[in-house]
Amino acid sequence: MGEYVLLVQNLAILVLAGFAGFLVISKVPNTLHTPLMSATNAVHGIVVLGALIVLGTGIDGVLSKIILVVAVIFGTINVIGGFLVTDRMLAMFKGKPGNKAKEVAK
Amino acid sequence: MSWIHDPVFINSLYIISFSLFIYGLMNLTGPRTAVRGNWIAAVGMGIAVVATLLIDEMGENWWLIAGGVVVGTIIGVPSAQKVKMTAMPQMVALFNGVGGGAVALIAWAEFRHTDAYAHEPRYVAIASLFAAIVGSVSFWGSNVAFGKLQEILPSKPIGLGKLQQFVNLAVLLVAVVLAVLISSGGDSELLMIGVLVAAAILGLIVVLPIGGADMPVVISLLNALTGLSAAAMGLALNNTALIVAGMIVGASGSILTNLMAKAMNRSIPAIVKGGFGGGGAAIGAAGAEDRPVNSTSAADTAIQMAYASNVVVVPGYGMAVAQAQHVVKEMAELLEEKGINIAFAIHPVAGRMPGHMNVLLAEADVPYDQLKEMDEINSQFGQTDVSLVIGANDVTNPAAESNPDSPIYGMPVLKVTQSRSVIVLKRSMNPGFAGIDNELYYDPKTSMLFGDAKASVADIVEELKQL
Repeated sequence: MGEYVLLVQNLAILVLAGFAGFLVISKVPNTLHTPLMSATNAVHGIVVLGALIVLGTGIDGVLSKIILVVAVIFGTINVIGGFLVTDRMLAMFKGKPGNKAKEVAK
Repeated sequence: MSWIHDPVFINSLYIISFSLFIYGLMNLTGPRTAVRGNWIAAVGMGIAVVATLLIDEMGENWWLIAGGVVVGTIIGVPSAQKVKMTAMPQMVALFNGVGGGAVALIAWAEFRHTDAYAHEPRYVAIASLFAAIVGSVSFWGSNVAFGKLQEILPSKPIGLGKLQQFVNLAVLLVAVVLAVLISSGGDSELLMIGVLVAAAILGLIVVLPIGGADMPVVISLLNALTGLSAAAMGLALNNTALIVAGMIVGASGSILTNLMAKAMNRSIPAIVKGGFGGGGAAIGAAGAEDRPVNSTSAADTAIQMAYASNVVVVPGYGMAVAQAQHVVKEMAELLEEKGINIAFAIHPVAGRMPGHMNVLLAEADVPYDQLKEMDEINSQFGQTDVSLVIGANDVTNPAAESNPDSPIYGMPVLKVTQSRSVIVLKRSMNPGFAGIDNELYYDPKTSMLFGDAKASVADIVEELKQL
């Protein structure tokens, strides 16, 4: 029965997190939707933690290891690529006329 | 056990980490704080990773972990730095896809590791299998979305027609039945592979029949799904950081999807049903043949704008494809020097993602205050002398307001027809992504300037310089 207490606690966290996400996000203006989408995209790269835990706490079998290493690679791409791309998009919004246009062009 | 490996300490770090996610996303609500917000969220991610590596039971396979992170970094950093601003939607689709793929793979490894969840509570199996299905759908669906936007795959809908719904449901049912077999004791790995493959097929056949016009909504939907699958994985692994971060993305993605669908006057079920991107194309093209349109030249366009007092530029996906944003900015500067008021009318779903036009114009250093949102600019078209439509189509279609039979009837559009004259830069008379003929082009006030958007605007710039 104990494990279901844990489940219910986690479900409480899940539901509250859903509402938190709902409230935070609903205030973002249209103009920032693409960067926002990209940032939330990076945040779900948190799945890399799952791969780290399963791999790091020990797992047998070559195939299992390969699967998890690919998962770590995927998750890392998601996180690092996601945050960098978002930063590049957002940097565009700060630009003062004339200084960065050439550098960013291409 | 040293205190740094104490679960209390690690979970405290997780609390800090997801507080930073939420605070970071709050900062993303304004252009001035957005950059900071992104980095706050990134710091949160860094803390979450460090906390995870501190978990006491961790200690195996350090080399594999390090190797995976290094390879991921080597792939992720250059692709994020090199991608063109116009290719951003595809990139988001791709990053979203690998996230979903990671979830599906973790679920598969969990299955192997726990001997088909033999000693786990039932809910762990259910959450993990849910994550496997949704992650796999998201991975393959995102890859199709990437292929369509990158034009590796045709952006037209590819589907099975009337059978589509039935086949989709049947494949989903197969995935669910296999998952139920596993959670009720089935331990053959073939069952797990079956779940992943069925979900993969589902991802492919759900996104393939969706036309290019609906792709932004689809990417947003898949983004939300990946978040939900991450949250489910968090339940299975009993990891708070995964639950919170995954669920925030699930919630935000759902809202964004809804907002985008609403702006296009489409319902999410109708989009998933597919077919919209091409069904009307044949009708539109047939109607277009025999109706006269006015065409104009770059020189005339330049003169018309030079003697105007208010000019509104309406950018669309055509501007993005032609990479015309820098030359558009040059044109805007020339017009400003002549004392002409210039504004950019930004439709929320112009381009292929909400905010797509803002990103491009900001890249070209167009001042933020010249970008007007739809509600603001729509009241100003009455005082506008020239509306210059650059590669925008469906978002200017007056049929959305006047023709109840139109598939986009009810979608809010930019009211360019209220301005004194309209010039449309367009490659040809082919209908837009939605495949619907645009009444605007046949309006006597409208002139068409055919050609590549970048070349046409460059010509206009040359003409303006000589005036």
